[in-house]
Amino acid sequence: MRLPLFLTTIHDWLYSMMPEIWAKIVEMVLIAVGYLAFFAVAGLFLVLLERWIAAWIQLRRGPNRVGPGGVFQTIADALKLVSKELTGTIKADMFLYNLAPYFPIVSALIVLSVLAFSSTIQAYDVNIGIFFIISVSSIGVIGILLGGWASNNKYSLIGAMRSGVQVVSYELSVGLSLLTMVLLTGSLQLSQIIEVQRTGGWLILQGHIPAIIAFMIYMIAGTAETNRTPFDLVEAESELGAGYHTEYSGMKFAYYFLAEFINMFLVAAIAVTIFFGGWLSPFGITDHIIWLQPVWFLAKVGGIILLMMWFRWTFPRLRIDQILTLEWKYLLPINLVNIVIMAIIILLGWTL
Amino acid sequence: MTNAELQNSISTWNPEFTFTEEATEFLTLTVAKEDWYKIAQKLKFTPELDFDYLFCVTGMDYGTDLGVIYHLRSTKFGHEMVVKVNTSDRENANIDTVSDIWRTAEFHEREIHDLFGIYFNNHPNMQVLILPEGWEGYPLRKDYDDPVNMIIR
Amino acid sequence: MQQEYLVQDPFKTEEYMINMGPQHPATHGVLRLLLTIDGEIIKKVEPDLGYIHRSIEKMCEYDTYQQIVHLTDRMDYLSSHINNEAVCLTVEKALELEVPDRVKVIRTIVGELTRLASHQLWWGVFGMDIGALTTYFYAFRDREMINDIFEETCGARLTMNYNVPGGLMFDIHPNFVNRVKAFVKHFKTKLPEYDSLLTGNIIFQKRTKGIGLMTAADAINFGVTGPGLRGSGVAIDTRKTHPYSAYDKVNFNIPTFTDGDVYSRYKVRIAEMWESLSIIEQLIDNIPDGDFKVPTKAVIKLPKGEFYQRVETARGELGVYINSDGNKNPYRVKFRSPGFSNLSILDHLSRGYKIGDLVAIMASFDYVIPDIDR
Repeated sequence: MRLPLFLTTIHDWLYSMMPEIWAKIVEMVLIAVGYLAFFAVAGLFLVLLERWIAAWIQLRRGPNRVGPGGVFQTIADALKLVSKELTGTIKADMFLYNLAPYFPIVSALIVLSVLAFSSTIQAYDVNIGIFFIISVSSIGVIGILLGGWASNNKYSLIGAMRSGVQVVSYELSVGLSLLTMVLLTGSLQLSQIIEVQRTGGWLILQGHIPAIIAFMIYMIAGTAETNRTPFDLVEAESELGAGYHTEYSGMKFAYYFLAEFINMFLVAAIAVTIFFGGWLSPFGITDHIIWLQPVWFLAKVGGIILLMMWFRWTFPRLRIDQILTLEWKYLLPINLVNIVIMAIIILLGWTL
Repeated sequence: MTNAELQNSISTWNPEFTFTEEATEFLTLTVAKEDWYKIAQKLKFTPELDFDYLFCVTGMDYGTDLGVIYHLRSTKFGHEMVVKVNTSDRENANIDTVSDIWRTAEFHEREIHDLFGIYFNNHPNMQVLILPEGWEGYPLRKDYDDPVNMIIR
Repeated sequence: MQQEYLVQDPFKTEEYMINMGPQHPATHGVLRLLLTIDGEIIKKVEPDLGYIHRSIEKMCEYDTYQQIVHLTDRMDYLSSHINNEAVCLTVEKALELEVPDRVKVIRTIVGELTRLASHQLWWGVFGMDIGALTTYFYAFRDREMINDIFEETCGARLTMNYNVPGGLMFDIHPNFVNRVKAFVKHFKTKLPEYDSLLTGNIIFQKRTKGIGLMTAADAINFGVTGPGLRGSGVAIDTRKTHPYSAYDKVNFNIPTFTDGDVYSRYKVRIAEMWESLSIIEQLIDNIPDGDFKVPTKAVIKLPKGEFYQRVETARGELGVYINSDGNKNPYRVKFRSPGFSNLSILDHLSRGYKIGDLVAIMASFDYVIPDIDR
């Protein structure tokens, strides 16, 4: 683990206080708590941001009552959700019904742990980073499938089945578009990927045309994986009521809801790491200032998130067969060809 | 076709048809309920009449008789007429359906069945459409009485 | 048991039924549809009505003719003015009452504004139904101006009750002409925005083109009227075939599109908004002077006979059938509501499509449930 300076002092203090094994455990718990706190704050802030953006696009005012400019609106909402009675159906499969909401939120939290927020803030720099992210993030769909199945509601079931079909399909595109970029970096480790970009420029510039194609495919597939408009037919409210979480209320619903927004953050963060140089500043202007690294990272992530919100509030929804057609007939073949093109470009040394 | 031409044309099928034009803007033909289905077929499928658009189906309770009023229009020629079919049997009122001739009649007939209690023979789906299951009585009949829900001034 | 079934036919699918409504976001009210579906594919749609049935026809039999007018704007609440007008026209026809030109022109202008407001709401909701949430707010921005005009002139924003047999309840507000002109000017710049936000969108076109195909013969056979019929290429509009009020004095086209799918019904309504704007523009500068009402007796008694009047609401042809026996109450009133006939074709159109398509088809007919149930 590589830590920034003020965290290093805590690290040293802990190790001087107690035996090494205990210090390690305490440190892990502290880091986990820190990530959980970030998780909650980021989720709430993204909800608030979404509502502001939506209001701005839709000629409305948006949240502006609770706190200055409405910044505490989502905290109030969260309090309401926490204190709300948990209602559900009697005929639900209670074990699975209660278990399901934890899958998306836990898988999102695990993925968060390998993200590189800066050169020093990264909980675990696993050497199979991208592979780890792809595989863990696909666990989340189990929660949706289980929730829809266990609710004992036909609308939930349709929503869950749609979700299963959709996420399984688009996982391919996410993986392959990232694979295209991995050809450039030659490593799956996130810190390595960013190192490559420090010297050679952002990967979207290095790989130029195939990289831009890969980015577009990644954005489409990533939006689909987070079940957001135009791919939100999992919870298409005009068709299925609320989709897979129809029967959930209170905190269980909030888990699904938060997980959706954290997933959006993750998709954007991965896009930034792979395509836009992670925490690197443009043209290396502020690379020597360590504390600006997470700022750059979050700023870039914010930019991608804005793009996804823009999609959401201006696009209609696709139909289930159109979604599958898009994936299997267009994105997947394009992606495969794109990988070959990328390989040829690298072979010929035509990268920028 | 004008109303007079229509009357001439239709009278050739059966000279005993009784037409009226009193107190209404439409040419009105009253037919017996046994003949109605065949006449309906002729009205629609005779090329020079071509009544392809059944724009209104009204159930009626005349006090003693029950009846259905069909408003017909030809979208091609623009002529219109009204056909009335009556039945005096209030207990087992039934009239042949025309829902296979004009599909729009399917819903209108189901509505009339709910509200007037006229059964339409050969209707594909003569089930309750508007009223709740097991509703007693036929609300739009004149002798219907519901002291709870009806306020009569 | 389980294994036996699996061995027999592992790929066998089973049909199942779901209830769409009476509380469902896409049914726009308390319409209940019993869907028989196989996976996502719709095998059968069975509407179950009556959740908002108030038996207006029975209530009419105990009311005077002035009172009936007030019941009608609870039917199709989005075309309330046009519904009122239909009853008033029937009564005036029966009494052979000639209303002043001023009344006719005002009725036409307010009727077209109502149609615009209705189509605007439809557009917003149509977008929502296929997942574009922003359309709703764009539509309501413009609809608000119309509602403000109505509020100023007749005190109500939705159920207006502006018509009475023999004319109008009040004269127009002094600001009416200016505000309508301001609205027309405003909306002419905003209507192209509707196209740029939704119509040109590739996903929107994919979702609507070729969906819910309705042939012209089917449409007439099922009694479909209004934009649904005109989207199948049949140029029938009651405002042309049976002109009422001032529609015989204005020039307007009947927009038709021939594909008969959801997209052409959508295009018809957008085109109708342009036509409505043009009708308002032709009339707004030429409102004749005169009375806003012909005095009628306090108790109107229609002569004995049957009277039928139809008008074109935003959803199609509304017919009013009054059977009078000469008393102060009608003997029988029948409202031939456009929604009821338009609903009857839903099953025929949506078989074989998917749930998402059913929502698009329903949205393209713009069902208003109180209009269907009456």
